[in-house]
Amino acid sequence: MTEPSSDPWGYVPALESAELARLRDEYLLFVGGSFSDGSGERTTGVNPATTERLAGVPTTTESDVDRAVAAAEEAFRDRWSRLAGTERAKYLFRLGRLLQERTRELAVLETLDSGKPVKQAGDFDLPNAAAYFLYYAGWADKLDYAGFGPAPEPLGVSGQVLAWNFPLLTLACQVAPALACGNTVVIKPAETTPLSALVFAELCEQAGLPAGVVNVITGGAEIGDRLLTHPDVAKPVFTGSTEVGKRIQHRLAGTGKRPTLALGGNGTNIVFSDAAQEQAVQGVVDGAFFNQGNVCGAGSRLLVEESIAAEFVERVRDRVRTLRVGDPLDRNTDVGALNSAAELDRITRLVEAGEAEGAEKWTSPCALPGRGYFVAPTVFSGVQQSMRLAGEEIFGPVLSVLTFRTPQEAVGKADNTPYGLTAGVWTEKGSRALWTARQLRTGVVWANAFNGFDPTAPFGGNRESGSARTGGQAGLEAYLDV
Amino acid sequence: MADSPSPSRARTTPGPARLPPDLADAARGGATLERFLHGLPGVDRVGLEQRAASLATRSVKKDAKLRAVDTAIGMVDLTTLEGADTAGKVRALAAKARNPDPQHVGAPPVAALCVYPDLVADAVAGLGDSGIGVASVATAFPSGRSTLRAKLAEVELAVDSGADEVDMVIDRAAFLSGRYAQVFDEIREVRAACGAAHLKVILETGELGTYDNVRRASWLALLAGADFVKTSTGKVAPAATLPVTHVLLQAVRDWRERTGQLRGVKPAGGIRTTKDAIRYLVAVHEVAGPEWLSPLLFRFGASGLLNDLLMQRRTQLDGHYSGPDYVAVDL
Repeated sequence: MTEPSSDPWGYVPALESAELARLRDEYLLFVGGSFSDGSGERTTGVNPATTERLAGVPTTTESDVDRAVAAAEEAFRDRWSRLAGTERAKYLFRLGRLLQERTRELAVLETLDSGKPVKQAGDFDLPNAAAYFLYYAGWADKLDYAGFGPAPEPLGVSGQVLAWNFPLLTLACQVAPALACGNTVVIKPAETTPLSALVFAELCEQAGLPAGVVNVITGGAEIGDRLLTHPDVAKPVFTGSTEVGKRIQHRLAGTGKRPTLALGGNGTNIVFSDAAQEQAVQGVVDGAFFNQGNVCGAGSRLLVEESIAAEFVERVRDRVRTLRVGDPLDRNTDVGALNSAAELDRITRLVEAGEAEGAEKWTSPCALPGRGYFVAPTVFSGVQQSMRLAGEEIFGPVLSVLTFRTPQEAVGKADNTPYGLTAGVWTEKGSRALWTARQLRTGVVWANAFNGFDPTAPFGGNRESGSARTGGQAGLEAYLDV
Repeated sequence: MADSPSPSRARTTPGPARLPPDLADAARGGATLERFLHGLPGVDRVGLEQRAASLATRSVKKDAKLRAVDTAIGMVDLTTLEGADTAGKVRALAAKARNPDPQHVGAPPVAALCVYPDLVADAVAGLGDSGIGVASVATAFPSGRSTLRAKLAEVELAVDSGADEVDMVIDRAAFLSGRYAQVFDEIREVRAACGAAHLKVILETGELGTYDNVRRASWLALLAGADFVKTSTGKVAPAATLPVTHVLLQAVRDWRERTGQLRGVKPAGGIRTTKDAIRYLVAVHEVAGPEWLSPLLFRFGASGLLNDLLMQRRTQLDGHYSGPDYVAVDL
C-alpha cells in the first residue's frame, strides 16, 4: 500500500537490556544434582543476531551421557518413582512459578541464544512453558483418573533431545508430563541453543528437586543419538527434523521402546472465498512468519480459493510489508534472526530453487540489519504442486501460495505431502470448516485460527510429522506404561 | 502542525465521487445497497481482538513518544456535550484549544472544538481566526430519535452558525431492523444540508452488537458520502474500543483502495490517557497506513485526554512529571 520510506512516524527502537539475561561467562552441565564440566572440549555459544560470542559451553562425550543416564536411573529407582503424586505436583508447581518469576530474564536469554524476537519469547514462549508445568502439576496426583486404569506406572528414564526453534518451550512440553508421570529425564538441548536448558537446571536446584530427577547435558548429533539409543533410556523423545527422526526410529526398531517423535511439518492454511478476510490474512501471515517460520507446524503453504486469490495475496503482501525485521532485542521487532549460518544458507538455497522452478517471488522491502543471520519475509505465488516449494518443509520465513477450486481439491492438495502436522481452515461456514477438518490427514486443525497452542490441548502430527501427542490428557500416555 | 491549514477547511475528498461499478450500484441505495452490505466479508471476533491486543504491545518511547503526543494533540476534537454547557464554558475551552500549554512553546493547537449546535456561534467567536475547526453534533444527538425534518433543522442551525464539521448520529433503530436504505437516505440528506462542512457519521458501535454490523455501517456511511466514520457518541458504553476502531480503519483503507478517495476515522469516548491514544495511533499506522496519521484523516473525540497528553508532553520535555495542577482543568 504505502512504501516504508513515506513513513513519517517510525518507532524508535525499544531495546530490552541484554543485562537482564544475567549471562554467565561459562555454563556447566547439570548431572545428578550438581553442576560439572563435560569431558569434551569447551566451546562457545553465539548470538545469531550479531554473530558475537555469548558464553562458554561445555561439550560432552559418551561418558557424560552414561553418567547422566545413570544418575537419572538412580533417581528414578530410589526417589522419584516412590514419591506420592501430590509431592511430585509440589515440585512441578514450583518449577512453573519459578519460570513465571524469571520470565524476563529467561526471555532475554532465549532471545540472545536463538535470535527470536524478545516480544515473542516473553509473551509466548515463557508463559506457555510455565503453563505446561502448572497444567501437568495438576495431573501428577490424578493419574488414576487419566483413563489408563488404576495406578498407571511410569516408564523410567526419558532421554530428551530437543529442538532449537523453541528451546525452553519444547523442554517444558516434554519434561512437565514426564515428571508428572513419575519418570526422570536427561535433557539434551539443541547444540546451538543450550543456554535456557542449562539455566532451567538452576531452577530445578532452586526448586529443591531431588538430585538426578532432571539432568541437562550438551552436545551435538552423536551425543543425541547416544542418549536416545542408550539401553537404560526407557523413553526416547526427539524433537527435530524428520530426517533424524527416521534414523532414530530405525535404530530403536525391535527394542520395544515407543519413542516420541515431534518432527517436521508443511502446514497449510486453506482460505475459502467466504472467509473473514482480514483475520484470514492475519492468520496466514502469523502462521508463516511467527518465529521466523521456524515452527514445526508453520503454515508455510497458503491454499486460497482461486476466485479471491489475486486480491487475497495482495493483502497478504500488504500485511507482510508491515512486519518489522531486525534486532531481536527490540520489543517492536516481529521477525528476528535465523538461528545459524547453516539455516540462512539453507533458506537462501531453497528460495533460489523456488525461483528457478518458476514460482513468482516477492520479498518484503523491509530493511535488514547489516550483520547476523537475517532474511526478509518472502512470498512465492504461482507455486504448483509439483514444485519443491510445495512439497518440502520450509522452516523459514517463506510462504508459498497455491490455489484451489473446490473443497475436495483443497484437501487433496493440503494432504499431498509426506507430513501431516497442522492446518488452518478459514471459512465463515461452520459445516464447511468441520467437513474440511475431518477430511484432512493432519494432527491439528484450527478453524479460523492458527498457532493456537495450549497445554490443555493435545498437539502432534501423523505420517512423517511424528508420533505421540504432547499436551492435554492425551499427552500423559507417552510417559506411562500403558 | 501549527502552520498547516485548518484541518476542517481543507477538503480531502474531491468533488462528486466516481465510484467503481459495484460501489456505484450499492450507492443507489435500496435493495442493491442491502445486497452489497450483506456481501461484505465477515469479521472474525477472536482474530480481530487478538490482532488489536497484539498491536497494542508496540513500544513507543522517547522521541517517538514525543512525536506521537504532539500528533495526538493535533488530532483532538476537544469536546463538551453537557446539558450544563454555557457560552462561558465554550469560551474557556476555545482558549485552551488555541493554546493548550502556554508555558511550553510548540504545543500544537487541537484540531477542532466540538459542541452542541446552539453553542456553535460562541465557539466560532471564541476561536476567531485561529484556524481551529468548529464541530457540532446534530441530528438529535445522541439517540437520533426524531423526525428527519427536526434533524435537518439542527444541521442547518449548526452550519448557519458557522460549524465547519457536523457530527451526525445514524438511526440505529432503522439500521438494526434492516432498513439500511432509510439510514442511507438520511445520511445523504444531511450530507446535502452540510454544504461545505465536513460530515462525520457516528455509528454508535456500542449499540450495533457485532463487528459485522460495524463493518456494514461503516461501508453504508462511506457510500452515503461520510467524510469521517466515527465510533460513538460517548454517551453509550462501550464507546470507542481498539478492535472497533480497527474495523473502521480497515473500511477507510479498503475504500481508498477501491475508489482512490481518502476518508477519515474518529474514535470517541473512553480514550483518556496518552497510553490509550498512542495505541490508537499505532493501529492507524499499521492498519490504515502512515498517511492517516494526520488530523485531516484521524481525530480523537475526547475531553480529558488533552490534559493527559499535555502532562506527558511536559514529562518528555522537562524530564519529570508535573501533575494535574499545572494544566488547565475543564470544569
